[in-house]
Amino acid sequence: MTRLAIILCVLVVGLFFGSLLIGPAEIGITDSLSALFVDDGGAMTLVMREIRLPRALLALMIGASLGLAGAAMQGYLRNPLAEPGLIGVSGSAAFGAVLAIHTGVAASFALALPFSALAGALCGVFLIMALAGSRGTSLTLILAGIAVSALAAALTSLVLNLSPNPFAASEIVFWMMGSLADRSMTHVWLAAPFMAVGFALLGGLGRGLDALTLGEDSAQAMGIGLTRLRLMLVLGTACVVGAGTAVAGAIGFVGLVVPHLLRPLVGAHPSRLLWASALGGAAMVLTADIAVRVVLPSRDLKLGVLTALVGAPLFLHLILKLRRERI
Amino acid sequence: MAARRFHIVATRLALAVILCWAGLASADAPRRVVSMNLCTDQLAMLLAGPGQLHSVSDISLDPRMSAMTEEARDYVINQGLAEEIYLMKPDLVLAGNFTTRASVAMLRRLGVEVVEFEQARSLPEIRSNILRMGEILHRQSAAREMVAHFDARLAALQQDSGDRPDAMLYYASGYTSPAGTLSDQILQAAGFDNAAVKAGLGTQMKIQLETLAMLDPDIVITSQPYPGASRSEAIMQHPVVEALRAELPFATVTDSDWVCGTPHVLRAIESLAETRHRLTKNTP
Repeated sequence: MTRLAIILCVLVVGLFFGSLLIGPAEIGITDSLSALFVDDGGAMTLVMREIRLPRALLALMIGASLGLAGAAMQGYLRNPLAEPGLIGVSGSAAFGAVLAIHTGVAASFALALPFSALAGALCGVFLIMALAGSRGTSLTLILAGIAVSALAAALTSLVLNLSPNPFAASEIVFWMMGSLADRSMTHVWLAAPFMAVGFALLGGLGRGLDALTLGEDSAQAMGIGLTRLRLMLVLGTACVVGAGTAVAGAIGFVGLVVPHLLRPLVGAHPSRLLWASALGGAAMVLTADIAVRVVLPSRDLKLGVLTALVGAPLFLHLILKLRRERI
Repeated sequence: MAARRFHIVATRLALAVILCWAGLASADAPRRVVSMNLCTDQLAMLLAGPGQLHSVSDISLDPRMSAMTEEARDYVINQGLAEEIYLMKPDLVLAGNFTTRASVAMLRRLGVEVVEFEQARSLPEIRSNILRMGEILHRQSAAREMVAHFDARLAALQQDSGDRPDAMLYYASGYTSPAGTLSDQILQAAGFDNAAVKAGLGTQMKIQLETLAMLDPDIVITSQPYPGASRSEAIMQHPVVEALRAELPFATVTDSDWVCGTPHVLRAIESLAETRHRLTKNTP
């Protein structure tokens, strides 16, 4: 248990520094770290503090968010297919963000962008909960997810196509696939407060989710308020996914892959899976973001492409497994 | 005898062919020309005789892209669709070589004569495009006059020597103009060195923010933002770009003068040369 924690922490720290040290500018290890901590007034500090640090921080924060949200939703819905990207929460958040940017609300006050994405994500989660319900089968959950994702994607594309800006339409792929290229500390500060709130809400779900594995009645008998639990889950998920999507677009499959891989290692306790998935998610997004920079440095390959390449086969595997269990 | 008769017939035939050719040539001057590309619009408006040009494309009305919006109002506007252009019954259609491929193909299938123009990628190509447009519209003398004027103004601009600061052109989504583009030639003619070329980026169109920061050029020239926000253009407000542009934050590319290979690029060169004077005076 503690061994897993140590391994994951070492992995995340290692990847974080890897992310700080890898880039087209090819600065040496000692040079880049000293430029990060001591302001040399030149280009190196600019690169380290305004390009690489925000990128690494955002990968860490967004990865942790997606891993945590995935583990929490799967724990609550008791369904391994629940994941913010697949069931349309990320898509709805992207729609909220796009709406804020293209109506000009985002320019009116600083936090309008994450707030709007949060509102989008909230709508998405509520819709899913209403359509699939907490006792819904995998099939209803996935169907509801498809419907919400498709609607959100269509509305996002519509807004971007209606924009007077000729570049807007080409940004559809960013909102659908996600990227951390050219982010700045501004984006870190935009996302951080919402993510902190979301982490607190989702982190507090552990006991309730553990109790829920015994069934809703037993959980209630153990003094777990299910309404409060659901409210915390919905708000927490909307906070972390909304903030992450507002600054980096929708990155799929992280919340599916990570809890699935870590579940056997934590003895299938939802409470332990929460923090393990947060660390695992951070490691996965950091890895993906390093990979896009190493594989195709000048092309701005989208993060969602890599996560989907890993995630989609696993998704199929899960569906086949669920089908076998049903039979 | 037979040989002689054959000779006469051959001569008459040749004469007839020549006469016919000459007759065709004078009748050949197009009288109802439709242009469906921003750049051919401008060359045609500059060179066409009275009443010769019937229609230009709608982009020519967009002040952001077009250097000749006022002139364009005098013509019928088309959207570059094959159907509407066919119904205008043009005897000649002018098109760019990489836009509206499907429309051009369809017009050709319908038997309309379409002449395609290469996008000019250098200052000499502007000259040859002007002369070619003169040929096609049978306005050779006007074209020659325009080229002579172009050459004279360009020569005057290029006499101006002095320091050659490094400049980087930086557009939405982190695109730049490498060697072999018209923008690169405009930059060089205005007395700058293209930092992208100097850094050996070859023909790479996209430059990463980190690379830009490390190159630290004397000036970063960005494109002007379009109405409505976009993530692609937000990169020009990135703290790194703002730090690099701190000295001359208003140096921008005016698309309308830069985008097409017409004599209007001289205006771009002139205003860029002014920017250079301000820059070299500012730096000790």
